[in-house]
Amino acid sequence: MATTKTAEQPTRRDFLYIATSMVGAVGAAAVAWPLINQMNPDASVLALSSTEVDLAPIVEGQILTVKWRGKPVFISHRTKKEIEEARAVKLSDLPDPQTDEARVKKDKEQWLVVIGICTHLGCVPLGHEGDYDGWFCPCHGSQYDTSGRIRKGPAPANLEIPPYEFASDTAIRIG
Amino acid sequence: MAGHGQYQPKNPILKWFERRLPVLSFMHGSFVSYPVPRNLNYWWTFGGILTFMLVVQIVTGIVLVMHYTPTSAGAFDSVEHIMRDVNFGWLLRYIHANGGSMFFLAVYIHIFRGIYYGSYKEPREVLWILGVIIFVLMMATAFMGYVLPWGQMSFWAATVITNLFTAIPGIGRGITQWLWGGYAVDEPTLQRFFALHYLLPFMIVGVVVLHIWALHHVGQGNPTGIDVKSDRDTVPFTPYATVKDNFALICFMILFAWFVFYIPNYMGHPDNYIPANPLQTPPHIVPEWYFLPYYAILRAIPNKLLGVVALFSSIAVLAFLPWLDTSKVRSARFRPLYKQFFWVLVVVGIGLGYLGSKPAEGAYVIVARILTAYYFLHFLVILPALGYLETPRPLPASISEPVLPQKRAAVAMSTRAPLPMNERTTSSDSGGAPGAVRCSARLTAAARSRLESMSVPSRSKTTRRARLSRGRLAH
Repeated sequence: MATTKTAEQPTRRDFLYIATSMVGAVGAAAVAWPLINQMNPDASVLALSSTEVDLAPIVEGQILTVKWRGKPVFISHRTKKEIEEARAVKLSDLPDPQTDEARVKKDKEQWLVVIGICTHLGCVPLGHEGDYDGWFCPCHGSQYDTSGRIRKGPAPANLEIPPYEFASDTAIRIG
Repeated sequence: MAGHGQYQPKNPILKWFERRLPVLSFMHGSFVSYPVPRNLNYWWTFGGILTFMLVVQIVTGIVLVMHYTPTSAGAFDSVEHIMRDVNFGWLLRYIHANGGSMFFLAVYIHIFRGIYYGSYKEPREVLWILGVIIFVLMMATAFMGYVLPWGQMSFWAATVITNLFTAIPGIGRGITQWLWGGYAVDEPTLQRFFALHYLLPFMIVGVVVLHIWALHHVGQGNPTGIDVKSDRDTVPFTPYATVKDNFALICFMILFAWFVFYIPNYMGHPDNYIPANPLQTPPHIVPEWYFLPYYAILRAIPNKLLGVVALFSSIAVLAFLPWLDTSKVRSARFRPLYKQFFWVLVVVGIGLGYLGSKPAEGAYVIVARILTAYYFLHFLVILPALGYLETPRPLPASISEPVLPQKRAAVAMSTRAPLPMNERTTSSDSGGAPGAVRCSARLTAAARSRLESMSVPSRSKTTRRARLSRGRLAH
């Protein structure tokens, strides 16, 4: 048989070994993928849920927290003073530069809608607290201003803006 | 492990069994005749204590599962049901909850024992790394277990710890959502944590078996840090180590019982008796005490990614200890400078733990930064440098020399200076030597001749250990 000729490399046997182990590796990966992927968000979670919120009861200076996709969303009815504070800041002073105008809808600047999750490690910041009249995270001391932008502390980014639109003058749809 | 001793069961049924599966002689060789250094102190009893704690956690955990519901709607209520309705449920849960703390108390002592006595040095590097792996698995298990009651602290601990992964650039968010099974910590997260909390302890058991295997293969270290040179340096595991381990275990159980029966919630946090609320973070969240030093390191660094890197590095650095410590001398007993730096490290560790429990503001942050810097400085700079700068104190000639002064005198009287192992066995009983020495030497020779008649491949190490245990047992 050919196997007695050991000097010739690569032999047919080497080819068979490599081919077999390659098929085995592909098979193992194919089996592993469902086991890994089952942990990703499932269809029921992915089904885009949207929440409609009536803004009428929120008085000026009040922050309402609603739940969207299992996460808190802050809807802040900002006062004139708060808006002015947010717009007076120089962009160069911000760790994550973004204008206040870019974070609210045009002509609706009294309404700030942000996901209420600290961009550091996911705690829910407390409203109307901290040195910038915005939010203060009790976990690790991050501070956000009245536009939800990070000003101080370990968080790397501004509070995230969820996708939303005004359904009417006094109602928004998040998601 | 210690190989098959010369143990032979007398009972015919056991004899029959032994011929087919030599597990009895294996156990005998590993836990009865296995030779341990005679100078082991009480710091060496924590391995046994940890084994006991692992069994306690698995047993109480399995029975708690019989009453627990791993759903976001039912978890909190089922834990209260265990506390109020289930027969002895309060006891089982308090044992399991405080058992976690006791497990960590024992493991920290065990680790610092290893650091003090240089237990990680050649040939015990793999033994040490297996220990670090067990430690990491323990932390993962404890964290996931803490999430299961689904109280406020459970929920926010899960949120903060899983969010650590969002620090990874690019793929961080994807990994985090994969861990959650959603966009936030929720029911899918609880269910997978429950599954893994059940699985990981058995993985720990597996690594513990390897840890003990490696230990029995290279032999135990000892407070002098010098190698076992003859069977005068050892005693059989049973009764000597068994009795000492059991006494220490009972003392440890008294402390454990004090927590379980008198202050069962001392280690816990009252906020965890509030059901999880995803819309409100408790005003002051802290992890369980055993994670506080790492939490302080995380918070000390103002950059998110670097904070997370520092947190994981502070644990990972332990695995590299065998190569970071450049000194040839194992035990801190003979390292005057290292001994002082060791105690500074202990104080720094406790200091970081204290700071982790305090809010991240003002002077606390500054001190936490200094201590974090020192922690890494110790492992990455001081430890490698000490090996070159320090002059160790002279080592004793053998383990038995400092602990058996009379025997040494007796040996000196018999005009036999302590010889290296192989010479002593060949010059066996030259007469006049006191009982212990002569007896063991003669038995060693006998054991050796018996060994030669066996077909065991005689690598020098195995032969020596087999010889030790043989001589000791017949003795």
